[in-house]
Amino acid sequence: MINIYKEKISFLKHYKKFYFFSLILVSVSIFSYFTKGLNLGIDFKGGTIIEMQFNDSLSSSKIRSSLIELNLGDVKVKEFGDDKTFLAILEKKSGESNFISEIKSSLEKKLNNNINFRRVEMVGPKISKELTQTGIYAVLIALVLMLFYIWLRFEWQFSLGAILALCHDVFLTLGAFSIIGFEFNLSIIAAILTIVGYSMNDTVVIYDRIRENLKRDSEIDLTNLINNSVNETLPRTLKTSVTTLLALIAIYFFGGEILKGFSFALIWGVIIGTYSSIFIASPLILIFNVKRDWSEVIDNTP
Amino acid sequence: MLHFSRLKIFSIFFLILIGFIYFIPNFLNSGTSYLPNKKVVLGLDLQGGSYLLLEVNSKPLFKEKLELKSFDLRKKLRAERLDYENFKINNQEIFFDINNSNKVNLQKILNSNDINQKLNESDKELSFQINQNTVQIKFSEIYLKRIKKNAMEQSLEIIRSRIDELGTREPTIIAQGEDRILIELPGVKNPKKIKDIIGTTAKLTFKFLANNDADPNSFDKLQSKNNSETYNVEKKLALSGEHLTDAQPGFDNLNNSSVVNFKLDSFGSKKFAYATKNNIGRRLAIIIDNKVVSAPVVRDVIATGNGQISGNFSVDEANNLAIVLRSGALPAPMSIIEERTVGPDLGKESIDKGVVSLVIGFVLVILYIFLNYKVFGLFANVSLLINLILLLAILTIIEATLTLPGIAGIILTVGMAVDANVLIYERIKEELNIEQNIIIAFDNGYKKVLTTLLDANITTLIAAFVLYFVGSGPIKGFAVTLAVGIITSLFTTFVFGRLLVSIYVRSKKDKELKI
Repeated sequence: MINIYKEKISFLKHYKKFYFFSLILVSVSIFSYFTKGLNLGIDFKGGTIIEMQFNDSLSSSKIRSSLIELNLGDVKVKEFGDDKTFLAILEKKSGESNFISEIKSSLEKKLNNNINFRRVEMVGPKISKELTQTGIYAVLIALVLMLFYIWLRFEWQFSLGAILALCHDVFLTLGAFSIIGFEFNLSIIAAILTIVGYSMNDTVVIYDRIRENLKRDSEIDLTNLINNSVNETLPRTLKTSVTTLLALIAIYFFGGEILKGFSFALIWGVIIGTYSSIFIASPLILIFNVKRDWSEVIDNTP
Repeated sequence: MLHFSRLKIFSIFFLILIGFIYFIPNFLNSGTSYLPNKKVVLGLDLQGGSYLLLEVNSKPLFKEKLELKSFDLRKKLRAERLDYENFKINNQEIFFDINNSNKVNLQKILNSNDINQKLNESDKELSFQINQNTVQIKFSEIYLKRIKKNAMEQSLEIIRSRIDELGTREPTIIAQGEDRILIELPGVKNPKKIKDIIGTTAKLTFKFLANNDADPNSFDKLQSKNNSETYNVEKKLALSGEHLTDAQPGFDNLNNSSVVNFKLDSFGSKKFAYATKNNIGRRLAIIIDNKVVSAPVVRDVIATGNGQISGNFSVDEANNLAIVLRSGALPAPMSIIEERTVGPDLGKESIDKGVVSLVIGFVLVILYIFLNYKVFGLFANVSLLINLILLLAILTIIEATLTLPGIAGIILTVGMAVDANVLIYERIKEELNIEQNIIIAFDNGYKKVLTTLLDANITTLIAAFVLYFVGSGPIKGFAVTLAVGIITSLFTTFVFGRLLVSIYVRSKKDKELKI
């Protein structure tokens, strides 16, 4: 078997092109985020979702029009897995004990069908506000803690490089959700945090190698040193991404509808996390011009 | 790095054995006498059930207490012959005007213990301000907090007893924060009944309907239960529901409808007897949560302390009403601010799909690893399998809740756990290129990779911890599996995997070795 990793690839030679490419992607993401926005789920917007299963196959538009007649505010209905199962997303939320049962009985009457409400989630306005806040805090706290940890273990250039790469990943994930229009709910926040952890993991492995090489060799040109480090860790970077992706693809295709958005976020995150560790995080060390003298400081003061 | 003492080897296998012991019961239907009986706890999203978050609305309670206080205060002011004007009360404050000459006296009253009770060394019930002639009085922050806390404790107890009466299987009812109650009801598919009984404050009062010639200020207009009628109900209380000792659903054969029979305590019975004796022929309104349930005519003195509430109830309604009356009124109204209910069939389906994707993901990963690393891939795969076993065992031991995102976390761990192995093997490959002695090459590989391994995994752990502390429910479950998975994978690859590799490498002595 030919070892494809034997050839050194000069990753850093074209780093400006990749930065330009990423800049475009990030801009598009931010633009979409502010114009189209995220398709916020009830966790962050408040409302009610009902997963309903009918006896016969039906069309979502028919269900939607029946629901609209019930004055529930904005109503969205989509097929969920098969043509007998639907997800209804209602703007209205209410803690009244009759709220759900009345929707069920009038829908059964209107559509002349037995309905099984498999899942009901209602989130009031106060809770959705809190969940939004904690979601944002969670991502920020995680970023700050990691920044601190990397700074503790490495030089500040590494810390800053890693965080910039992470922000890149977070922006692109938000952008992907905004553009595709997948529902953005609590589990996506969990996915983003996992991506942050994963991408950081990837970056740290490369950084660790850069640090090791810096200690070993203080003569070699920094561009070459970083490039060597990326090349040396490349087999690991790729293999780990592949195994993680294999596991995630299994969830995406066989894990059921509820986990679709979640596993999509993770798949996307692993891909851009791997990309950013190699093409964004590593060249940043070059740009920030990390110190070269890693020999132990000897105290000569008398 | 390749040397393991006997004690170490023994400890490693002992740990794994313990893992097995806690892992196996999860797949047995009935408990055995020689294995622990613990199973991993399934979240509501997997076993089906209902999650409700309630909020206690203390504002009406504050207002009620303030009204009582203002009543006492006015009485006191009159008794002290202290003139006041423009007495007003809003949701939080009492205002009135006084003469300058009365200021000193008023201060004395407002500091006296019968109006402004001492709560502890430094704090009092009321805080007040006198600006020129205007007096402004409100409850002190600490007192409001105390009211809130008491209301919360009472509500919790009442909600518990109401739900217990419905005979729900293993409900979890706990306080959350200052003013919230979290209820988890495993196996409940439709929480309507529960919502019914916790949504009712069940404040019961008896008041007479006002006579036709009554002063309009002496009565309130109250709606009937179904909002179809309006009654003029006297402000004066005939009897309050606190004196109820029992309430049971019953059936009124005469009217062919369900009723609720109640019993009063001795004080209540006397008061009821007195009230009915003087008002024969008048209509007595039975009011629950400010709605008139019925207003029967008093035909005779009721001296036994037994009574009946009728109001065209269905059997269920009568049952629920009896439960809520028996448990007593909630000190403050409650509202449901979050609900998540999953049916048992969906839960089952989620587990099945989770297991299928776990198996598929696992098979794909071990195939890929085997193709890449051959014999060593086999070692990595054995470690991975042990990792899964230990992961589930630890989840069982720490009684973590397994949720749907938690299952996803396990599958994700399968992918990520391989990372440690890949890191190690790739490093050893490099070392084999520079180092002649195979044992030393392996040794160096393990040594050099350790810091990387720790740094890389600690960052993921940080993410998991943050998720655990800020996340709720299912997300917490994901964080737990992710964190436990990282720790077990470090053990299985760096310790157990290294042991396997060391045995193999040493058995090969100096022969050619390739990864």
